[in-house]
Amino acid sequence: MSADTSPAIELRGAGKIFKTPSGGLHTAVRDLDLTVGRGEFVAVVGPTGCGKSTTLTLVSGLEEPTEGEVLVAGEPVRGVGDKVGFVFQQDATFPWRTVLSNVVAGPRFRGVPKAEAKEKARAWLARVGLTAFEDRYPHQLSGGQRKRVALAATFVNDPEILLMDEPFSALDVQTRALMSDELMELWAGTGASVVFVTHDLEESIALADKVVVMTAGPATVKQVFDIGLPRPRKVEEVRLEPQFVEIYREIWESLGEEVRITRERGAAHVA
Amino acid sequence: MSGVPPMSPEVLSSPVADTVKTPDRAHTRARAARRRRAVVAAVRVLLLVVVLGLWEALSRAEVIDPFNFSMPSQIWDQIWTWITHGTALGSLGEQIWYTLHEALLGWVFGVVAGVVLGIALGRIALLADVLGPYIKVLNSIPRIVLAPIFVIWFGLGPASKVASAVVLVFFPVFFNAFQGAREVDRNLVANARILGASDRRVTLQVVIPSATSWIFTSLHVSFGFALIGAIVGEYIGATKGIGLLVAQSQGTFNAGGVYAAMVILAAVALVAEGLLTFAERRVFRWKPADSGH
Ligand SMILES: Nc1ncnc2c1ncn2[C@@H]1O[C@H](COP(=O)(O)OP(=O)(O)O)[C@@H](O)[C@H]1O
Ligand SMILES: [Mg+2]
Repeated sequence: MSADTSPAIELRGAGKIFKTPSGGLHTAVRDLDLTVGRGEFVAVVGPTGCGKSTTLTLVSGLEEPTEGEVLVAGEPVRGVGDKVGFVFQQDATFPWRTVLSNVVAGPRFRGVPKAEAKEKARAWLARVGLTAFEDRYPHQLSGGQRKRVALAATFVNDPEILLMDEPFSALDVQTRALMSDELMELWAGTGASVVFVTHDLEESIALADKVVVMTAGPATVKQVFDIGLPRPRKVEEVRLEPQFVEIYREIWESLGEEVRITRERGAAHVA
Repeated sequence: MSGVPPMSPEVLSSPVADTVKTPDRAHTRARAARRRRAVVAAVRVLLLVVVLGLWEALSRAEVIDPFNFSMPSQIWDQIWTWITHGTALGSLGEQIWYTLHEALLGWVFGVVAGVVLGIALGRIALLADVLGPYIKVLNSIPRIVLAPIFVIWFGLGPASKVASAVVLVFFPVFFNAFQGAREVDRNLVANARILGASDRRVTLQVVIPSATSWIFTSLHVSFGFALIGAIVGEYIGATKGIGLLVAQSQGTFNAGGVYAAMVILAAVALVAEGLLTFAERRVFRWKPADSGH
């Protein structure tokens, strides 16, 4: 079957036009062409509001493209499938469920028997270091711990495609570096293909095999950079390497221009 | 950024003084808090005594008409007579139980209907669009005037009181459940769908739990409404119940009896409120303690 050889994710001229409440049309993303290979870690960077989250919702099936095609494992996306995991920017743990119950939710929704679901959930909680917290409610955890719950709840479903929307942006700098390292470890064993959205260029280079730069909104793919840094990487160390600094400069030349355009537009709106 | 707040220099330079002082200070603060609570309680009781005393005194001195306004001692006598010798309708406990039974039934039916319809309309836009105007029209009817109609339809038995309670309870619960279902965090719904939840699961396991705080808010108000519905129904026509007690006392120009029935009702409502708050604490264990509940 072609499904085995086809790339994990393919966007072919995909675009999304929203209807605004006032009845107008708003183009969020346009002419997206992008391929994510199997097991590849792709980071997407772009100015705020350019359409990064929209791109992810198209891949996830939460939203349908208004133009073009979105394929996952060679098949057009029709609604939310069972291959995809999604870590949201905002807190999306269920506040009325305990930590364990949050991680059990995914397998239970997918019809896994209770005992088996619990066993899998406990294994993932152990991997993210939250075994001692399984009976707590989310409000009794720190922001970093809640993110770990979200990671465990996502990984427990064994997603082939992992979509992450600025997952660590709400965390402080130290926690963010720590979480990035943990994410690399968790991901390494799974063979999942990742699309990781961020507005932090350093984070994207440290994590990814490929960095995709988006234009100012409505976004389209501007340029794709291959990151040749060897794995395994440690986020705090890799950013000191000369090769990293060189790549950073190269990508920033491309990204900086889009950020400036976005900023000038913002200033024009204010004026 | 939400990092650890930097320690203030005072804490760093004088750790000894701080550890010695802290328990002492905590002690003082706890004592101050206790004293404040005692003062509040004392003033509260004092206020009650003054109001009741003034009422009694003015009534005895006939500054206000004791026939119309009664007086606390008379009201208490009436309650005591009812407790020890029973009412004209039978024992007091029976009357209370009768009213409570009607109110509870009406409350349960009203709440169930309100929650189910509220959630359904909150989730299914088509249903909301179709039924929305009708519900608004029904809500604008002063529903208490339905009580006599229900007595005509369902007779003097409990059914007419239950019906009055249901129509009073339904609307606040419905509107809160509807609002709660509408205001569910979109991220939670998206997350549940990604994790594999069907529409039904999203409704049962995301929408309903999210809407519970809205629903509980309306439960407090609506139990009071259920009591009103039952009482008004009894007042208009019944064979038993507190409402009938009020009607009979009024018929015999016994103002003390009317007030006594009101006191009993207030006590019943307070107990119900207490039980509800207890249930709410159990249900909302997952909420941070300081979130206002
Ligand atoms: N549901 C929606 N309806 C209308 N406009 C939307 C909607 N979602 C996003 N947008 C608009 O699309 C653009 C891209 O948004 P988004 O993808 O969230 O940007 P990013 O994630 O890059 O910050 C923004 O201008 C935003 O206002
Ligand atoms: Mg975004």
